[in-house]
Amino acid sequence: MEKSFKITTAEGLHARPATILVSSVSPFTASVELLYNNKSVNLKSIMGVMAQAVPAGAVVTISANGTDAEELISKVTEVIISQGLGEEC
Amino acid sequence: MLEINGISISKGITLAPAYCLAEPDLSFDKVKITHVDSEIDRLKEAMAKTKLDLIAIRDAAMYKFGEEKAEIFSAHLLILEDPEIFSAIEAKINEKMNAESALDEVCIMYSCMFESMDNDYMKERAADIRDVCKRILAHLLHVELPDYSRISREVIIVAEDLTPSMTAQLDKQFVRGFVTDIGGRTSHSAILARAMGIPAIVGTKNASKNITNGSPLIIDGLKGKVIVNATEDVQARYRASSKELEKDNELLKKYITLPSISADGHIVEIAGNIGNPNDVDAIIANGGDGIGLFRTEFLFMDRMELPTEEEQFDAYKTVLSKMDGKPTVVRTLDIGGDKELPYLKLPAEINPFLGYRAIRLCLDQQSIFRTQLRALLRASMYGNLKIMFPMIATLDEFRRAKAILLEEKQKLLDGGALVNDQIEIGMMVEIPSAAVIADLFAQEADFLSIGTNDLIQYTLAADRMNEKISYLYQPYHPAVLRLIKMVIDAAHNHGKWVGMCGEMAGDEVAIPILLALGLDEFSMSSASILKTRGQISKLNKDQLNDQLEHILQLKTSIEVELYVKKYFLNLK
Repeated sequence: MEKSFKITTAEGLHARPATILVSSVSPFTASVELLYNNKSVNLKSIMGVMAQAVPAGAVVTISANGTDAEELISKVTEVIISQGLGEEC
Repeated sequence: MLEINGISISKGITLAPAYCLAEPDLSFDKVKITHVDSEIDRLKEAMAKTKLDLIAIRDAAMYKFGEEKAEIFSAHLLILEDPEIFSAIEAKINEKMNAESALDEVCIMYSCMFESMDNDYMKERAADIRDVCKRILAHLLHVELPDYSRISREVIIVAEDLTPSMTAQLDKQFVRGFVTDIGGRTSHSAILARAMGIPAIVGTKNASKNITNGSPLIIDGLKGKVIVNATEDVQARYRASSKELEKDNELLKKYITLPSISADGHIVEIAGNIGNPNDVDAIIANGGDGIGLFRTEFLFMDRMELPTEEEQFDAYKTVLSKMDGKPTVVRTLDIGGDKELPYLKLPAEINPFLGYRAIRLCLDQQSIFRTQLRALLRASMYGNLKIMFPMIATLDEFRRAKAILLEEKQKLLDGGALVNDQIEIGMMVEIPSAAVIADLFAQEADFLSIGTNDLIQYTLAADRMNEKISYLYQPYHPAVLRLIKMVIDAAHNHGKWVGMCGEMAGDEVAIPILLALGLDEFSMSSASILKTRGQISKLNKDQLNDQLEHILQLKTSIEVELYVKKYFLNLK
């Protein structure tokens, strides 16, 4: 399962936005990747996400694999929209 | 029982257990292991303990400092639980590396990766990774890490030295005193101790190595020593003297509302030195007549970037409003020397005290200077502001600084802003060249303020941070006294007032001499104000004038000290 988002926070996926994303997916058992610029990292890894240095305006794809993958994607969508991190595309 | 001698910063006595801020020994050997599973269990256990620490610290920070400061520890928890970091360490343990080495290698790998990024925010994340790894490592080695923010009982802080960032983390409510290995009377820890009004012994050379965490300590500020593990008898005796001192302080309280006036009716101003807006309360509580020195550099320290004009405006406005019309002398940014701002990325210098600092830096990096001046000018409507420039060596520097100030003022007025019309513009006299031509400066400055800490170090060519030559820090050296006399006479000849904002202004031996020389304003730490007012109220200026000629003819610092102690302090 996967879904793409356009990141709209002024600072991109740094600090606070990265923290929010990682915290929201950590409770799920499914594995989850963040794909940006042809490079994918584990979305449960704060270091990995920050090292991606996703800038504002970038399009990222989140793909999940596992029994609760669907719940994970819907949770992450809800968090991204409600916390103003980005929009679906 | 062990006694350690050092330099006393204030005359108080305090008893409390030691709290050592030493960096613990986290060295380990790189060894090959045989049992991979038990090594991974060791790692997991250390990480679980680290998690408990971080949660406790986060909650304490939330309670004490608010959400913003606590957020950093939430970030640390995420780093700790990062699956990529754990599997990287695990992979190395699977290759028979011990947990300590595996952790260290992964920590270095990640912190280097972040440090090499072309983004200041990311670079700082390297410090977070190292911080988390250090906590795990400490648990692996069963070493306890000090945690400055979790102090919740009265303690005496023991450290090799206190850095500004350490002190920023301290919950000052529980700190009863400081003991440090290095530093002299004007070091950062000394200034901090005076601002907090607590006893401190600095320059002990080795106290931090001889004192263990939690041992009962006594600071005897009168004798300049620390007593470790004192017997019951000794502790009881000190508790009694501590009560006596409290009683003396109680007696001094009558001076809070009394004017600063000598026995024969000569009026002076006794003002306070501050580093940030919170310090104003202590000045007011001690009945200060004004603020003689606001060290604005503390607004610039312990942060990641320059404070904005608005932040500065708020700070200056707060200080001026609280002072309610009393004279408030603000010194423009004095950075450099022992006060570094990492974010300015200034190259290290071989002789920082003779280098690129204070007004020299401000005249060069004018946007920093102009921002500060605009904030000050806008805040001037809220009180009685006087502005002074630090480290002036030449008349040209003073003229340029003043011209920039007037330029910014005109710009603000043109833009429709309100600026107080009565702001006095003065300067620090702390470089001998400025003292020698004080008569020329007095024609162009509204006031002069003598900064004795630097004036003494430059006059005697003695770095005040260098303990090996601390004997050269001689406030009563005849050369220093004569320079001070030159400055005061020159200013008075041109109808200007003179203040002093170095440690000397609150020194009981210097005070009779300074009063006789005609010093108008004595500015000191809040804790010294009442004692000084009490001392001056008992001195007779006319009588002192008769002795002044003789004092100025004495040949050495020690002769001056003994003379004053004998005739004016009734001490031997």
